[in-house]
Amino acid sequence: MDRRRRFRRIGGFEICNTLLMLAVCFLTLYPMWFVLINSLNAPQQASLGTINWFPAELSLASYSVVFNDKTMMNGFYITTLRTVIGTAVHVLFTAIVAYGMSKSNLIGRKLYLKIALITMLFSGGLIPSFILMTKLGLYDNFWVFIIPSMYTFFNMVIFMSFFRTIPDSLEESAKVDGASDYGVLFRIVLPNSMAVIATISLFSAVYHWNDYYQGVIYIRSQDILPLQTLLYKIIAENSMSFMQQQAMAQFGARLPGNSIKFASMMVATLPILVFYPFIQRFLVKGVMIGAIKG
Amino acid sequence: MFQYRSEQMKALFRQWQLQSMVIPGIIWMVIFCYLPMFWLIIAFMDFSIAKPMLESPFVGLKHFEDFVTDDRFWRSIRNTLGMSTLKLVLGFPIPIVFALLLNEIRSLRFKRTVQTISYLPHFIAWTIFGGIALNWLGEGGVINQLMMALGLQEREILFNSDPKYFWWITFFTDTLKETGWSAIIYIAAIAGIDPGLYEAAELDGANRRQRMWHITVQSIRPTIAILFILAVSGILGSNFEQIFMLKNNMNMKMAESLDLYIYNMGLVSGRHSFSTAVLFARSIVALALLFLANHTSKKLTGDSIF
Repeated sequence: MDRRRRFRRIGGFEICNTLLMLAVCFLTLYPMWFVLINSLNAPQQASLGTINWFPAELSLASYSVVFNDKTMMNGFYITTLRTVIGTAVHVLFTAIVAYGMSKSNLIGRKLYLKIALITMLFSGGLIPSFILMTKLGLYDNFWVFIIPSMYTFFNMVIFMSFFRTIPDSLEESAKVDGASDYGVLFRIVLPNSMAVIATISLFSAVYHWNDYYQGVIYIRSQDILPLQTLLYKIIAENSMSFMQQQAMAQFGARLPGNSIKFASMMVATLPILVFYPFIQRFLVKGVMIGAIKG
Repeated sequence: MFQYRSEQMKALFRQWQLQSMVIPGIIWMVIFCYLPMFWLIIAFMDFSIAKPMLESPFVGLKHFEDFVTDDRFWRSIRNTLGMSTLKLVLGFPIPIVFALLLNEIRSLRFKRTVQTISYLPHFIAWTIFGGIALNWLGEGGVINQLMMALGLQEREILFNSDPKYFWWITFFTDTLKETGWSAIIYIAAIAGIDPGLYEAAELDGANRRQRMWHITVQSIRPTIAILFILAVSGILGSNFEQIFMLKNNMNMKMAESLDLYIYNMGLVSGRHSFSTAVLFARSIVALALLFLANHTSKKLTGDSIF
């Protein structure tokens, strides 16, 4: 790096490139900023997507509507529950299978890998899966969020290749001390695999937090609708009658629909925005781990 | 108490702990991956969800004949190919160019900041991102204001209600959301290039453009090839979460992709067997595409997945 620097001078290319990168940052950040300022706008301002930089009139009224909405708060709870349980189950289950698979003396390993590889090429797809979920009693059931996504072959391979880099001597010494395979996994292997656990947890958590499609397909009952599915209904199907009624009562006849939409969007994104600075340092490492053997 | 038949059985019993770790994974796969494949058989039946599968009558290729004569099916093929082609031809190079340009940024701190910011939209749900797009594209939205301020259009256009814009909307929103993320793999590949190559090229008098082209691009070519194979083989797929969010009754003519068609026919209209027939045909073509793209890439560039 440093050596190359000597050969370079600031030229037109440098300037254009820097400006271009700044434009990328702007294009990326402005949409989020836009949601934030419009959610903080007074509902009466009811901004219709005007280009602006700051709220015309600062107000938390829209947030109070969202936080007082029982359906939304239940959605928030369901999504949080789903994210926590879904991620824990996925990581634990996938890691345990991967540990078994990482042992080359495992009898039937080749057969197991073949069984798994076929699933990479063929799959049932939407309708057969839907029928299966219905037959398994997972339709309109909270566990439809957890069980069908508790394992993916791809993440298993990532865990497996990571476990194979852990020196055998570590495991052997624990074995000599009389540890079982489960003991070795939980006391030696997993504590030494924090990087990969963090990465896979992150991807799993983001998936669970952001998914709205499972909720659209498999869930009918209001009380187990995830937040993102509710948001989909509010934004794409424009079905915010309950919140609108409530807001109308609160703010008079003018429909403050937009700022409430933005406040809901903000509430649904806040956890990601809060955790993002802490998780982003895992990203590159994580993707690399995935790319090596993937 | 047990009479072992062979050494293998003894060995198997000795590693019962390891086996007990792996077997649940296999059982999970059999249930959630193999059983749906088995249910694909309903493509050849007149299946009704209320009855046990085996009581449904076999109808052979009836559903396959039905969908190939359905205009809506061909429309969904056209839409899928249209959107995929945009993403493939215009969209595929964008993350590569972004990675190359980012790599030319000297300040390490600025580079990291840009990179970190560029990933962010990948982690934002399509409900949010699509919601912003819907707001911006609508009446009085940012896009309309911008276009009018720039004098590019005279009056407001409801972009999302006009089918002719739909493909471009999916292209732009996808590019905005995923460019930074897709670039990671290239950035990682670039980071792995031996710096000695650049030094040697510099001594030989190669300028920046030549170094970029002859060293950086050539070094990441295998990565590009693999991602291109995957992109080509995925041409019949579409980003369901994105399209489902942005579609509406007015733009359906251009928005209904194959995925959405399968969803609408199967889950909205309840034609399970018909939809499964479409799905079945698509899986076979997609698989053929994967092998074809892989073979072609191997022939042309020597890089392939398998």
